[in-house]
Amino acid sequence: MAALKKSFQLKSRDFMHAGEASISVQNMLKQIGIEPALIRRVAICAYEGEMNAVTHGENGNFRIEVNTDKIILDISDEGPGIEDIEKAMEKGFSTATEEYREMGFGAGMGLPNMETNSDRMDIESEKGQGTRVVMRFSLSPGSRKNET
Amino acid sequence: MKTQDLIDRFGLTAAAGKDGTDREIAGGYCGDLLSEVMANAPIGCVWMTIQVHQNIVAVAVLREMAAIVLAMDNQPDPETCEKADREKIPILLYSGTSYELAGKLYGAGIVNKTAGE
Repeated sequence: MAALKKSFQLKSRDFMHAGEASISVQNMLKQIGIEPALIRRVAICAYEGEMNAVTHGENGNFRIEVNTDKIILDISDEGPGIEDIEKAMEKGFSTATEEYREMGFGAGMGLPNMETNSDRMDIESEKGQGTRVVMRFSLSPGSRKNET
Repeated sequence: MKTQDLIDRFGLTAAAGKDGTDREIAGGYCGDLLSEVMANAPIGCVWMTIQVHQNIVAVAVLREMAAIVLAMDNQPDPETCEKADREKIPILLYSGTSYELAGKLYGAGIVNKTAGE
């Protein structure tokens, strides 16, 4: 299978379109026959990554690649960056504003959900330099971190 | 039970997504934190919440939900209705609490097989 690639631009605070990249990815994976349990894991990661870029970032870029052995989600933005990645990975830690919390964001579960549901997650971020999160999902069941 | 049966039986009002009411309900979930619902709501469930803004629709689509119920007379934002119509996700209105409706659904045999599946 030739590699399938798709990318989306994410606008800061654009809630009218937030979630559409993730829904498009979900539809694409269904069309090419990826198993439902794996699509659900990718959907959680895509949604969390997309919402992080929309709520915290600027000029977000959302990219998916499906090749013979894995799916790669690569989500980056030019936002404020993450000051302390270790702290950001703690369940319940959030820098969301009161406004976002009222909308149901800021549970401090986004990054932990992404790590739990991907087979590998790498974060590159520096304060003031934006954030890039790359998640990988294996297409061969034997090399998966988890199956839930 | 299908979403339309739920509407008829428990006196819910469909505010949007009326084209999607023929789906079979596969469970229920209550929650107002989007990431928590995204991670834990059963696939095909009815989701009871007090969140009314448009981001609830994407969560419902991605968790392949049967419907969203807004409890306590909460009304959806106009953008929420537009999105729900487009994605065929029924937005149902209920005057009582999530707890009360959840009890009725459970009593009607809508139970979750396994969390998150």
